[in-house]
Formats: sequence, C-alpha cells, structure tokens
Amino acid sequence: MEEIVKEVVIGEQEEYIINMGPQHPSTHGVLRLVVSLKGEIVKNIEPHIGYIHRGIEKMCESITYPQIIHLTDRMDYLSAMMNNEAVCLAVEKGLEVEIPDRIKVIRTIMSELSRIQSHQLFWASYGMDMGGQTCFFYGLRDREKILDIFEETTGGRMIVSYSCPGGLMYDIHPNFQKRVKDFIKYFRGVLWEYDAILSGNVIFRERTIGIGTLTLEDAVSYGITGPSGRASGFACDIRKQEPYSAYDRVKFNEVLYTQGDTYHRYLARIEEMRESMNIIDQLIDNIPEGPYFVKMKPVIKLPEGEYFQRVETARGELDVFIISDGNKNPYRVKFRSPNFVNLGVLNHISKDFKIADLIAIAGSLDFVIPDIDR
Amino acid sequence: MNSIIQYFKEIIQGVGSLLKGMQVTNRYFFSPGKIVTQKYPENRKDLKMFERFKGEVVMPHNEKNEHKCTGCGICEINCPNGTIEVISKSIVTEDGKKKRVIDKHIYRLGMCTFCALCVKTCPSNALAFSQEFEHAVFNRALLIKTLNKPGSQLMKGVE
Repeated sequence: MEEIVKEVVIGEQEEYIINMGPQHPSTHGVLRLVVSLKGEIVKNIEPHIGYIHRGIEKMCESITYPQIIHLTDRMDYLSAMMNNEAVCLAVEKGLEVEIPDRIKVIRTIMSELSRIQSHQLFWASYGMDMGGQTCFFYGLRDREKILDIFEETTGGRMIVSYSCPGGLMYDIHPNFQKRVKDFIKYFRGVLWEYDAILSGNVIFRERTIGIGTLTLEDAVSYGITGPSGRASGFACDIRKQEPYSAYDRVKFNEVLYTQGDTYHRYLARIEEMRESMNIIDQLIDNIPEGPYFVKMKPVIKLPEGEYFQRVETARGELDVFIISDGNKNPYRVKFRSPNFVNLGVLNHISKDFKIADLIAIAGSLDFVIPDIDR
Repeated sequence: MNSIIQYFKEIIQGVGSLLKGMQVTNRYFFSPGKIVTQKYPENRKDLKMFERFKGEVVMPHNEKNEHKCTGCGICEINCPNGTIEVISKSIVTEDGKKKRVIDKHIYRLGMCTFCALCVKTCPSNALAFSQEFEHAVFNRALLIKTLNKPGSQLMKGVE
C-alpha cells in the first residue's frame, strides 16, 4: 500500500512561511517558530518545541527525592535556586518537618540574588537582540559578581544544587555576607548605567513602546505570570499571594504596570532588580544562628498523598506537584513551568506586527528554552 | 507648523539620549582601570578557584598511599545516573579474617552532573571535590577514571 502523504499547508496560499530557529541567535536556545508572513507582517506563529526535551518529569519517577534536585537545576538554569527550593518545599510539606529560620532566610537571599542575575542576563541579551552590543558586556560584568558569590558558597555557578530536602547542602561561606553587601553597594552604583544605555535610548524606545501590547484580560486568561504578567497589571506575585520561606517578614513592592507593552515588560524587570536588592538589604544583616540542615532519615519516603508548592521564579510561577505512593520514588511529578505558559501568548500579541518586532516581543517574554521543554 | 517643531524636538531629544549612552561607554573607554576582564590562558598559573568549587570527584590519599574508602557503596546508591561504580574484593587479613575492601572505585567524569550527593553522603569522608576545571581530553576513554591509586590501602582506624 502506498501511503499518500498530504502536504500540510499552514497558512493561506499568498502567505510566506519561514522558520525562525531552531538555531536562531535571538531565540536563545533551540526554539523553532514557524512564522507565516504577508509581506513583512506577521500573520501567524506556530512554536515547535521539544528540541531539548529530556523528560525530566519522567526521570523524576525513577530517582529518589534528594536526587530530583539536581534535575531541577537544568530546567530554568537561570532560576536554579528557586527551582531547587520549590521541590524542597513540597517534600518538606509532605514530611511535615519544621525548617529553622536560618535556612529560610538563606534560601530567600539566594533566590533574590538569582533573580537579580537572571534579570541582568535578560537585560544583557535583550540589549544585544535590539542591536546594542555594549549591553551584553556590561550586563555580564555585573552578573559575574553574583556568580562568584554562588560559586564561593555552593561550588557551582549556574548549576548550584544548593537546597536539598531538609535544608541546604552547605552552610554559607564566611565571606558570604560581606560579598553580598559589597555587591549591593556596587550594583546600586551602576544600575543607572542600564537606564542611560538602553532604557532611555531613542532607538530602543521607538522599537518597544506600544509594540506587542498584552491586555490585563488576556494576561489572566493566558495565565501569563512573572514580570511579563505584572507589566499588564496582573498581580500574580507568589511572594505576595502565598508567602513561602522568609517572604512574609520582608517588605517589598510588587512591580505593577498597566500598559502591558514590550517596553514595560522590560521596565518591570529593571524595577524588580531594585526590589530584590531591598529584600536582600532587610535580610542580609540578620541571618539567624542555627543549623543549616535538619537531620533526615537516610532514605526519604513521602507519605501517600499529593503535594503542591508554588514559587515565584525569575520568569513567573513555577508549580511543583508530587504524587507519592509511599515509596522512596515519587509516583508522578509535574512541573508547571512559567516559560511554557508564557510561550502560548506569543502568537496572540505579535500578530499584525512586523517581523523585526517579533524579535523584540519574543525577547521581552524572556524565554529559557530548557524550561519550556523540560 | 506645530508638527515641524515636534519633529525637530524629537530629533534633538533622540540625539541627546544617544549621547547619554555614549557618555557611559566613553567613561569606561578613558578609564581602563575599571575593566575587569581576566586574560584566561595567560593567567593560568595564578588562577585560583574557590575552595568549594566542584571540579571533579577525587579520593584524597595521604603520603603513605592510604585512602578512607571502605567500599560501602553508599556513593554508588546515591548517584542519580550511575556515574560511580564501586568494585570490591575480599582479602584475608593478617589475623586470618576475611574482609571486603575496594578493588576499583570507578568514576565516569563524562556522566557526572556535579550534584555533590556522593561527597555529601560518604560516611567516612573518603571523597572530595578538586578544583581542577580543565577537563578536555582527546580520547573519551580517558574520562573514565579509577579514583583509588594502584597499591593503595585503607587508612588505619577507618571502618
């Protein structure tokens, strides 16, 4: 039998279909966007994902809970600290262990540091997407200081594996507090450069203001979280809604804008860096004394049941859902990753804009491709 | 008329914003002391990694060629992806008892994800991380390493 393979026509006949990616520099990874164009106008975008799918959720079913941590590093590698924390909090919830304050405060400081370095890399790479090579150098120069802090305490720069069920892998390094304070002082002094180079730049403003507007209704119905959602006025910060770790004892503002265009998605991230520095300021001087690890059984077995934990990563809401059947391995683990959900809105907001605007819009959603595919 | 004024105003504002950005880059251009770039291959001799840096797993030996590994296999169980393989053998000690000691502690660097669970869970602290980071080799087989040195023995007093 001869099989007839029908040619799939995605758009209409006069539309021109091009592939953006999987090896396109501005997708920051292996994301393939099949773009239907009418002249220069984007008519339809079909994201093809799965080029870096590793089956992390399935792999989690065959390994123990402490071993899951190192896989979550590799989902959203710029928010590794928060990903680790999410799984740890879910497991600790199931075991009903009381976590000492010291661990909570250190986890919060680490999360905020990784939020800053993630937004720094966003600024650096977004500037480069928009044609400003200088941004990349300046952004990475400042990010290196945070990576050094991570490296000194955890031994890893991006792949940190720092939290583990029951506490932390290592205590903080004796230099940690001094280094963080130095960094905050330094970064407050150079953050104006970010605005001077990019935020105020006329070319950048012309390319981003009023482009790719996402309304509040659409942000809610598409489930866009993180700075991208908050730029549209969607108050979705888990740190405010359901405080975990030490977020209930710090004061900070949720960065909210109502415009929802590309420029304000960018601006929300710059403002979040300032808020993160405020959070660290409140915590760094009063890290409580105490153990950095709660003694656990050598083999951790969660009681039968379902466990759920939400955390705010640098890109939005990460949910961890664990079903346990009482064994040392989870029965099922599900990650609700922010990037996968945020990718869904790309077609909606970049319709009827030019293809050059697509780079600006996709960049402002700040995708990390391994987190989309998992 | 108004639109013409607006047009020129925008041009002036635009040039102003570009100059503001140029100011920042010029400041660094004329003060090279602020540049933080490291010249990597040249500074190799005095490049020092942090003491906790996870380079590769090693088994520290003392000057008598003795290590602390008892061959219990806890590192092998805790490794998430089978990087470590402990092969043990049984020997007869001087007082005639049978005892299990390690024959080979195999570590596959190419598979290691540096989660530090082996180092962390080792009951006798036999494993550690070295600060070595230049791992590139020409032959893949060289990435499979035997951590215990040839002829090495278990340190006295470690059970």
